[in-house]
Amino acid sequence: MAEEKYETHEYDVIVIGAGGAGLRAAVEASAQGVKTALVCKSLLGKAHTVMAEGGIAAAMGNIYPEDNWKVHFRDTMRGGKLLNNWRMAQLHAQEAPDRVLELEEWGALFDRTKDGLILQRDFGGHRYARLAHVGDRTGLEMIRTLQQHAVHKGIDVYMECTLQRLLTDAGKISGAFGYWRESGKFILFKCKSVVLATGGGGKAWKVTSNSWEYTGDGVTMAADVGADLMDMEFMQFHPTGMVWPPSVRGILVTEGVRGDGGTLKNTKGERFMFNYIPEFFKAETAETEKEADAWYEDKKNRRTPDLLPRDEVARAINSEVKAGRGTEHGGVFLDIASRRPADYIQRRLPSMYHQFKELADVDITKEAMEVGPTCHYAMGGVRVDADTTAATVPGLFAAGEVAAGLHGANRLGGNSLSDLLVFGRRAGLYAAQYCKSLKGSLTVNNDQVNAFAREMLAPFESKGNENPYTIHADLQECMQDLVGIIRVESELKKALETLQQLKQRTRNVKIEGNRQYNPGWHLALDLHSLLGFAEAATLAAIERKESRGGHTRDDYPNTDAKFAKVNVVVRKKNGKLALSQEPLPEMPDELKALLEEKK
Amino acid sequence: MAEQQVHMRLWRGDAKGGEFRDYRIGVGEGMVVLDVVHAIQAQQANDLAVRWNCKAGKCGSCSAEVNGKPRLMCMARMNTFQPGETITISPMRTFPIIRDLVTDVSFNFQKAKEIPAFKPKPKEADGTRRMFQEDIDRVQEFHKCIECFLCQNVCHVIRDHDDNKPAFAGPRFFVRLASLEMHPLDCNDRMELLQQKAGLGYCNITKCCTEVCPEHIHITDNAIIPLKERVVDRYYDPIAKLLGLFSTKNK
Repeated sequence: MAEEKYETHEYDVIVIGAGGAGLRAAVEASAQGVKTALVCKSLLGKAHTVMAEGGIAAAMGNIYPEDNWKVHFRDTMRGGKLLNNWRMAQLHAQEAPDRVLELEEWGALFDRTKDGLILQRDFGGHRYARLAHVGDRTGLEMIRTLQQHAVHKGIDVYMECTLQRLLTDAGKISGAFGYWRESGKFILFKCKSVVLATGGGGKAWKVTSNSWEYTGDGVTMAADVGADLMDMEFMQFHPTGMVWPPSVRGILVTEGVRGDGGTLKNTKGERFMFNYIPEFFKAETAETEKEADAWYEDKKNRRTPDLLPRDEVARAINSEVKAGRGTEHGGVFLDIASRRPADYIQRRLPSMYHQFKELADVDITKEAMEVGPTCHYAMGGVRVDADTTAATVPGLFAAGEVAAGLHGANRLGGNSLSDLLVFGRRAGLYAAQYCKSLKGSLTVNNDQVNAFAREMLAPFESKGNENPYTIHADLQECMQDLVGIIRVESELKKALETLQQLKQRTRNVKIEGNRQYNPGWHLALDLHSLLGFAEAATLAAIERKESRGGHTRDDYPNTDAKFAKVNVVVRKKNGKLALSQEPLPEMPDELKALLEEKK
Repeated sequence: MAEQQVHMRLWRGDAKGGEFRDYRIGVGEGMVVLDVVHAIQAQQANDLAVRWNCKAGKCGSCSAEVNGKPRLMCMARMNTFQPGETITISPMRTFPIIRDLVTDVSFNFQKAKEIPAFKPKPKEADGTRRMFQEDIDRVQEFHKCIECFLCQNVCHVIRDHDDNKPAFAGPRFFVRLASLEMHPLDCNDRMELLQQKAGLGYCNITKCCTEVCPEHIHITDNAIIPLKERVVDRYYDPIAKLLGLFSTKNK
């Protein structure tokens, strides 16, 4: 094969991914005066953030003046089963309100209180109504605001451009390599720093709320250049995805339904969440329906168990269905129709109304929805420094879902959008500072680039006959069945074997057609990232022999004090993923005190 | 429901040319057109080019013309077609073809750059931004836009008239301009752009855009017509014009 010439661009900072974190990072880096480009797989404004519904968690205290960052910090830590990086949880709770107000300065229009301030809604695990929102389409408002701000700042955007390999020079980031989706031609960025904002890898599971973009690119790229991954065993299965009809299975139903008064019921009509209140949350959770219903209006009552953290609710639904109290389609009922007036539901949840009406022929103002768990969010990812978002490879930064630490073992709803803003900004800021302080020049190793190009073109020359879509479907089947909500060692080990077989099969992928806008080829390349993500998640799941947050082991059903003190870290050594357990950073006493309050 | 076979005709080709090709494939309960396109892609045509992301009507990626009607493929239920009906899918016609169902929509991203940015007025004395729900309801309607560009696609000013594109922003960007002009905090001025480079005058309010909007935004009534009134007030108001003779303001 003749070596082709690559289109080459030079920047200080390359931001990969244009969801909330990537856009906020690019805006910040550019404002710091370094030459910045934003590179994304889809068109601008289509990233996964656009699908976020419920809101942005920020202790602004507009509804409950007693809310503040300390309460938000405590809620986040407890929701994450105390495995969170305390410093990230602190920075996040402290800075989220400013980041929300900043969006308003850039044109966002959140729903308002009677006094004309930003309205905040209730959500799972948050003590006070805390989520700034726009009906149930908050993500759209956020991405559009950031997108337009970035466009007006003149930031260079490379759309429909997939970067899948990072380049290093003497251990430091020196570039990124990938291809234009439209033409299939390669593109090389020479840069001093890369911000990963690529999201998670939920597309490795079958029932998922994630779009085709969620293939674990950032995690795999980082691991490939030797960066540490952390907490990969923790996957969030959102308790409420659509379950019927089959073609919509997994599509998200916002937690805002429960935040606005909806409740979960089994087929006997019981509000079963009252039977699943864990000891850890007993003191702060209502025990009767009466108290739960009164909580919506008066926070002196304790919170409804419908709004326990997502891991608890997902497990409860799973148990109800297993016990034979689920619907014929394997879900449970989510009922807001009998609890709130139709016009309230339509005003608060317009896109849920639309989604059920159009896709399932269900009128949510009149009937209950059928819901069940769907793979939604990776708590784990690239291990980063709490303040700077720096990964363990110099020049590499990560923010948003691709980064690990903030959410610990389980993320609270609403804490994702605020995460994107707080740490997106920090990633841009510190990546820019890194560029400014970097001494000497970086070179890109052409042999390395040529090797990547050959790897990526290999599927066109393969003599095999594997269909990339079939391999992807088999991967999703494997992760769904063997690395799902409830895990057990024998199945996890079986998953590892299957992943090895799938890896072998990817060498025999056959590509139809040419390089121009060829989704079959793109998927074949994504399989590299998906398999990397899946393998790290499975290995980490085997290592953590306890149940905590988004990692439930049937063979180790309880939390274990030994594992309460460690993160599971995955890193690539000599081409293989290796595991280690590393102690959590020590939390200062004044923050410990915040966690010890009972309610 | 037992799986049924359907007959699909998909446009396959690139900028140099192409043709409709026939596919027969099984359809399960609840499927939408995008599911069927994906099934064809996975089983019969691995290289079939199509854009999509959310599959729930929230991102506006999968716009196409289904039996001639511009719509989102992810929100087009298969059970809304007659049994045995052939379903024909072609790419949006207003934009240049890249490949199969994927078009070059960069026109829209170019137009977005030309719109003067949001510019907020000073904060309240107490450092807050106070806005009341009733004052932002209209603008929130505009913010529902998912940028599917179906309104751009159907707009007859540019649908068969490439030559109008440089002088016309299109319904999507009239909605964007209206959202800025009616934003309670904004104090930038976009009237000149509207009257001149955005080509608001080209629109003769046939409401085709409103009809295809999957978000049911009242593009014509709530965005375009009020903008036209504002332009008229600024540039064609006879009283203001008369007063203008005695003043240098408002020129």
